[in-house]
Amino acid sequence: MKPLTRIRSRTAVLAHANIDTDRIIPARFLTTTERTGLGRHAFEDWRYRADGSDDPDFELNRPEARGCRILVAGRNFGCGSSREHAPWALLDFGIQAVLSSEIADIFRSNALKNGLLAVVVSEAEHRWLLDHPGVELSIDVAGSFIELPDGGRFAFELDGFARHCLLQGVDQLGFIRQHADAIDAYEQRVEQAA
Amino acid sequence: MTTPRTLFEKVWDTHQVVAEKADAPAVLYIDLHLVHEVTSPQAFDELRRRELRVRRPDRTLATLDHSTPTLPAAADGTRPYVTPQAEAQVRTLESNCAAFGVELHGWDSDARGIVHVIGPELGATQPGMTIVCGDSHTATHGAFGALAFGIGTTEVGHVLATQCLLQRKPKTFAIHVDNALPADVSAKDLVLHVIATIGVGGGTGHVLEFRGPAIEALSMEERMTVCNMAIEAGARAGMIAPDQTTFDWLKNRPRAPQGDAWNRAVAHWQTLKSDDGARYDREVRIDAATVCPTVTYGTHPGMAAAMDAPVPAAANAQEARALEYMQVRAGKAMAGMPVDVVFVGSCTNSRLPDLRAAAEVLRGRSVAEGVRMLVVPGSESVRRAAEAEGLHEVFTAAGAEWRVPGCSMCIAMNGDLAQPGQLVVSTSNRNFEGRQGKGARTVLASPATAAASAVAGRIADPRTLMNEEQAA
Repeated sequence: MKPLTRIRSRTAVLAHANIDTDRIIPARFLTTTERTGLGRHAFEDWRYRADGSDDPDFELNRPEARGCRILVAGRNFGCGSSREHAPWALLDFGIQAVLSSEIADIFRSNALKNGLLAVVVSEAEHRWLLDHPGVELSIDVAGSFIELPDGGRFAFELDGFARHCLLQGVDQLGFIRQHADAIDAYEQRVEQAA
Repeated sequence: MTTPRTLFEKVWDTHQVVAEKADAPAVLYIDLHLVHEVTSPQAFDELRRRELRVRRPDRTLATLDHSTPTLPAAADGTRPYVTPQAEAQVRTLESNCAAFGVELHGWDSDARGIVHVIGPELGATQPGMTIVCGDSHTATHGAFGALAFGIGTTEVGHVLATQCLLQRKPKTFAIHVDNALPADVSAKDLVLHVIATIGVGGGTGHVLEFRGPAIEALSMEERMTVCNMAIEAGARAGMIAPDQTTFDWLKNRPRAPQGDAWNRAVAHWQTLKSDDGARYDREVRIDAATVCPTVTYGTHPGMAAAMDAPVPAAANAQEARALEYMQVRAGKAMAGMPVDVVFVGSCTNSRLPDLRAAAEVLRGRSVAEGVRMLVVPGSESVRRAAEAEGLHEVFTAAGAEWRVPGCSMCIAMNGDLAQPGQLVVSTSNRNFEGRQGKGARTVLASPATAAASAVAGRIADPRTLMNEEQAA
């Protein structure tokens, strides 16, 4: 994972609450054995019309949303399945951060492991972000704050370990493997007790 | 005196290889890792890239369920996969399991089935274990007093390579279920009622513990139905303390401890309950006696109500959109709504008692004209048991299709799906927009409600259907 320190972008807004992982990437695209190439199917059933052309009514198809790397989404974003294909699809689509007042646990965990910054903001801040689509934000990972165009800041909570991993591009499997002795000892202890 | 602990805390505490610190999550040991074809290929690739092996193949168990067709193989053995890619995904798991020495219940196994059905059936799922799978419905195994939760593919790789996960300790949430469920009201009705009460995101960040007399009275299959849907309230996991019902169900299963080891295991399992005075971060009380046959009316499992109660008015624009998508009118009951497809199956409701409940309603009756009904057993073992009782004949005589085990129309990535606009009464767990096919409208329900709706051609209360015909 590449280190992630700052994201600067205008926002795109999907105000719907409870956007589930089937919305983000429908199950019929999960037969892949790769991590890449899912971006063209992100939000597939909202994004395209029956003839395959872009649906102009879908928020992310609007000209002002093109190229936005920060997605502001309604409450409880990413609920549903554990498919890591959801953050893979968003990243491949060009999204680097998701902001909401509530983000589902497994989605959030999967997102952070892939360098997709999933951030929970307060209800009031969330309301403001929903009401200001296209605002230019700068997200500072180290400082855990979102900077607004007028210099104002929304601070957010980010688990210290998750922040460290994002900033340093930490390989979490490598991190667990550093505890190999403790894992060996644990297994010996359990097997002796059995 | 030691501080009273919850069931969750007891399991968590004994599995910390490295304790959680302010600046680092716990390294948590995983006793059982369940694997299927959809969320594992990229994880095995990661092991290959790093030249790692599977640390504990003996704690890893794989099956084929999500991408698999539920129509039988042709005479020459070829299977009707929905796409070549689906078949390639199955083949990839077969070759990964062979290469890494993982036990696979594939096409040739008489134990193959939905991952959350076969884990318990084989006795691989046991009280007090930590269990993970790249599937959010891993919560199912919490019915045995295990801490069981879904993980992503990166974490599947972590567990394959190290048998451990990095985890922050979740919060606890007690769901006290008082009194008893009325006769003919099922565990599915109860869990839909619970999710409607606490909300689709009401469990986020928490492990639910279902407890109280109404829970203790449930069979293991019913407990699995309840814990299965913990994730539908956003919870990481759902748990129920193991008791004699649990031990009786597990005894003599292939992977359960035998002989003296069984007695020692039971003695340990009996300690796995929340201590008197243990504190939960949140608590809620539910009165089981007030639960009615319940169905969903919107596009997430929290939008659920008694089927004969008026659908609540939309509280916001999203709910209004959901009602519009479902073609449901606020103020009108769901009962009576015309049905196109009925699906009995999935890791929520595909076990033998679920099939019996559906068959009881269908026996001597017919699926209404124009309605398609699929019955998909959860495993080969369920299929054999159902066929031994003649349930398959009840289903086919009524005009339903009796299929080969798999996830089928719950995830609709295997060829089983509904057409745009069709209304599906489904015993599965998710009614998201498009979940069962683009534009398909899903109503979640119990097996008995699904069967009654198939007969009536409309959403129907199984109690009414059975009573009316008795009176006639």
